[in-house]
Amino acid sequence: MTVTFLSDDVMSRLQAVATWPNFDGLRYTIIDEIGRGGMGAVYRGLDDVLGREVAIKVSNGVPGAELERRLNDEARILATLEHPGIVPVHDVGRLADGRLFYVMKRVRGATLPEHLAGVTSLSEKLGIFERVCDAVNFAHAHGVVHRDLKPDNIMIGEFGEVLVMDWGIAQTAGSGDRDIVLGTRGFMAPEQERAESTDARADVYSLGAVLSWLCGGSGAPRPLGAISARAMAAEPSSRYSTALALSSDVARFRAGHAVDAHRESLLERTGRFARTYRTAIILVAAYLVMRILAAYFSGARS
Amino acid sequence: MASAFPPTRHSVIERLRKDDAAERSAAFGDLVEGYWQPVYKHLRATWRMTPEDAQDLTQAFFSDAFQKAWLEKYEPGKARFRTFVRVCVDRFAMNSRQASGRAKRGGDIRLVSLDFDRAEQEVRALALSAPADAEDFFRHEFVRSLFGRAVTEARAEMERTGRLVHFRLFERYDLDPDDHTSYAALAAEFGLTESQVTNYLSLVRRTFRAHALIALRGLCGTDDEYRREARELFGLEIE
Repeated sequence: MTVTFLSDDVMSRLQAVATWPNFDGLRYTIIDEIGRGGMGAVYRGLDDVLGREVAIKVSNGVPGAELERRLNDEARILATLEHPGIVPVHDVGRLADGRLFYVMKRVRGATLPEHLAGVTSLSEKLGIFERVCDAVNFAHAHGVVHRDLKPDNIMIGEFGEVLVMDWGIAQTAGSGDRDIVLGTRGFMAPEQERAESTDARADVYSLGAVLSWLCGGSGAPRPLGAISARAMAAEPSSRYSTALALSSDVARFRAGHAVDAHRESLLERTGRFARTYRTAIILVAAYLVMRILAAYFSGARS
Repeated sequence: MASAFPPTRHSVIERLRKDDAAERSAAFGDLVEGYWQPVYKHLRATWRMTPEDAQDLTQAFFSDAFQKAWLEKYEPGKARFRTFVRVCVDRFAMNSRQASGRAKRGGDIRLVSLDFDRAEQEVRALALSAPADAEDFFRHEFVRSLFGRAVTEARAEMERTGRLVHFRLFERYDLDPDDHTSYAALAAEFGLTESQVTNYLSLVRRTFRAHALIALRGLCGTDDEYRREARELFGLEIE
């Protein structure tokens, strides 16, 4: 038998393909691998019955193990959160080898860092941030804390939709993983890092870190810096009490109003007033100049 | 068509230890087919042998192993069968060098055809250098040989069952690393729908995996080793 020669690249490809889960007997067919994390891998798949593309997350863990419990929790949490900013779950099932999987909408788009490569407008960035806050606030209203908010877990869809992804370590009221540190350093609240109990204010902290990242850290305008700082206060009680309150303060900044997190000096207030009403000020100034010129020329003629 | 899981088959050691000469000979043929390329490349890369010496020694190694039946002395508790083969090759190469200062020509292996010219082309294409870890290198080449056989078998099966288009898709999408074509482009090129492309590719991939598992089963020393290898290579938990 002549054995087909395979280059290292092809071997890697075949190795990946060979490890894809076996969906024989189920309505899904794997197209490609999208990503891989600690809990499992996410695949682009085809729903053979409906003929549409889906995303399928498959547990790494053996049945009954902790990883499987998390994947199951994630699917159930997502199923309870019907919001335009949260990916809907379509199905949950088991593979022939016993591993759990769930099927969700396939989001076509880019992660926030990828998307922002082509965005320079601060206002647009803040608009995205407010929509992230909307989704997170909705989850909080349903008793769900995300606990891993970071730029990589935010996706911008093809039509500009903003989606909060990866609810793998989210917790519902009354549940939790005390004594286990889960999350991403740099975006994780201090109490979460200490494996203490967390609530919605842990997400407020992470949102503050995302806002700081969005605005370029120390280069951000002072009011935005102050908003991030308040959201990221070490003590949860010193933070915004809700994601909505944080979002509202950002919206005030975007509208040119004073923000709660920052007490302005007279100079800053004047500058903000000038920026906010720049057009009106220019028009009034132009009108006054014209009136002065008109008075001058009419005086000169007489 | 090959199913997702291979049929029950005895381990290579069980088959080599059979009294039936034909069965033993067939088992050895399978073993040579699965291992001769890793052995040859190991001698070329790790032992820095010339192509001629590596060819002679590969032939001699398998001839000697068959005639003296020393691969059958494998003890599963000590190492994987693949590691055992590699260590045997190393000992054989060392003894050959000490005995004559060059690899001695071995008896011909008539059980399978050893296409050394092709293997040497591969050695040159891969620009093999002395590996840092001989065991890793041997494993890598073992997997290359295993996957190569599985691709060949998958192609043969697709041809047999009138599914050559399926295999052509597989070639274009999975076997051509320079071509990052999309399912949509393939669908247009082959006059299919994207769903058909998805399903056809899925079928060939499953067939490839099934053949790789069948071949793997025949090259492992024990059932436990087979399960471990299948888990590592394919992420499969096999009962």
